[in-house]
Amino acid sequence: MAELLFWPALVAYGQAAVAYFGNARYPGVAGRVATWGVRIGWVVQTALLGVQAVRADGFPWGTWAGSLNLFVWLVVSAYLIWGCRAPYRLLGLAVMPLAAALFALARIGGGTAAGARSHYSNAFLVLHVGLVLAAFAGFTLAAGLSGLYLWQERRLKRRAAGVLRLRVPSLVTLETLAARTIAFALPALTLGILVGLARLRSDRAHLDALMVLTLLTWVVYGLFLLLRYERGWRGRRTAYLALAGFALVIVVRLGLPVTHFS
Amino acid sequence: MKLVLVGLSHHVAPVELRERVALPLERAAEVSSRLAALGLEAVCLSTCNRTELYVAGADAEERALTAFRDLAGEAGAELSSVLYRLADGGAALHLLRVAAGLDSLVPGEGEILGQVRSAYEAGAPGPLLDRLFRQALHAGKKVRTETSIAESPASVSSAAAALAQQVFGDLRGRKILLIGAGKTGELAAQSLASRGADIAYVASRTRERATELARRFEAELLPIGSVEARLAAADVVVSCTSAPEIVLRKDQVASALRSRRGTPLFLIDIAVPRDLDPGIHELDGCYLFDIDDLEAVVAESLAGRRREAERAEAIVAAEATGFRAWQAALEVVPAIASLRARAEEIRKGELARAESRLGRLTEHERRTVESVTSQIVNKLLHLPTVRMKEAAATSHGALYADAVEHLFGLDEERT
Repeated sequence: MAELLFWPALVAYGQAAVAYFGNARYPGVAGRVATWGVRIGWVVQTALLGVQAVRADGFPWGTWAGSLNLFVWLVVSAYLIWGCRAPYRLLGLAVMPLAAALFALARIGGGTAAGARSHYSNAFLVLHVGLVLAAFAGFTLAAGLSGLYLWQERRLKRRAAGVLRLRVPSLVTLETLAARTIAFALPALTLGILVGLARLRSDRAHLDALMVLTLLTWVVYGLFLLLRYERGWRGRRTAYLALAGFALVIVVRLGLPVTHFS
Repeated sequence: MKLVLVGLSHHVAPVELRERVALPLERAAEVSSRLAALGLEAVCLSTCNRTELYVAGADAEERALTAFRDLAGEAGAELSSVLYRLADGGAALHLLRVAAGLDSLVPGEGEILGQVRSAYEAGAPGPLLDRLFRQALHAGKKVRTETSIAESPASVSSAAAALAQQVFGDLRGRKILLIGAGKTGELAAQSLASRGADIAYVASRTRERATELARRFEAELLPIGSVEARLAAADVVVSCTSAPEIVLRKDQVASALRSRRGTPLFLIDIAVPRDLDPGIHELDGCYLFDIDDLEAVVAESLAGRRREAERAEAIVAAEATGFRAWQAALEVVPAIASLRARAEEIRKGELARAESRLGRLTEHERRTVESVTSQIVNKLLHLPTVRMKEAAATSHGALYADAVEHLFGLDEERT
């Protein structure tokens, strides 16, 4: 069953990614096709996660590949909130190829199969993994928005004649949305870290390098919010800060199989 | 039924000729009504770039030409050399292209679609022109939704407004500082205001004109030396003075930026020589576009429209094919209608003959017999009807219509 659901979801995500490229060249029909690809893929992946949840003995996404599967779903869910609107379709060019690639990677790692066993308790994993992954999904989307901001800002600064050819959301909109996304994601990360620390304490374990990096990620995004809302930082500086935070998110995600799932 | 288009446009006639036959909507409606009184279908489309008469019916071309000559009066002889005449498929394709904005001075301009709609509503269309104009309006909308031909700006002032939207998004509530009270600057500011921005400050050396502008836009009037003080509150600066020197320096803008808490500032300099220090563009959060930048954006956008026009042509061609198929089907419609009428007549006649036997049936059974006989007739006639319509799309339409009339004796019935 899980197998039957994986392929349609991957095909839909892949088709959306290809259609977003087409939309960048000829905006219009390709954009709508891409949007439907994202929607259909998301619905099918939701069903896949549902099957995994029903068949699993414990938390089904406790492996690095399983968590990657859940992470992809969270990123696409966050993107679906507003990303499918016509002005944000260019964001899909950054999000959907990544989502399709990570989803395929999750399958290679066995994260899309049903009937997985977990040695962690459900409550801890739902809170810790769920919250941290939700935060990372938010940061991924914020990075996409910041990247789009920098690209658009550069076009305006270069006074490119074709600046109006490919319409993207305005600088103010991109910047505000990135900040809001981070403002939602950071509390999730904070709670996820607190749950992790509480378990660490109960197990009398010590912080590892990855946990330190996660805390550093928290500091970077905390600084982002502080500087933006208290010091009035806007534009390129905050966009670079959001991307710096995302670089740490990538490192943490890549380090997960080594430290948490070995 | 013959469809004819007689008209002239900016492609073939200079404004001196076009203005002779340019009509307000009421007069265009009168022209259509006069032709309708002669038993014709007629719609008159008149804009600043074209006056065209679409006429369908007997002697359509001759009557359309006469109507046009009447309009032109003494200039009739001059007009005959520039008038174009198109018939049937050519006329239909032309109207579809016009509605899509493909025949306009600026490809894809949006106003023409509304003008075609008004002409259609004020005209005297019959079945043929009604179908043609509805198809043209549909094609016009389709081109605008399925291509980006109408999305990019076609003038310097609309390019300035579109760029401001790329910075701020929604312009509602954004404050404009207008430096200089000339017509060009006013037009650019108005283009921004039409998208919701608020012309909040007007600064000029010529107090009289500036006062009039400030009063009209309910803006604050500033002496030109006080511009710097309002930079912190403004979102868009539009400058177009005739000053020979720089009106706003980089250091002035830099000091104003400190109190803006990162809010971007968009500046448009359409003056020659330039009013705004080009160095302003280097400041973080400042976007300065001068007249050359804006013209480059417009040129690129027009080139983009022309590229999109190729896709639009394909859409229009498909719509024109659809119309031609419909028009061709009209050729066989009388034969189909006669055939169906004849079949229905036979069905009803046979039912009447069987009345004595049917009288014994219940009401429900009677309805069932009615329904069954109708279904038999419909099923028998379905395929011949489809085949005749298919043949109508080719050159065999008339042949099929004749054959059906002969085989079923429809022609004898008529005589």
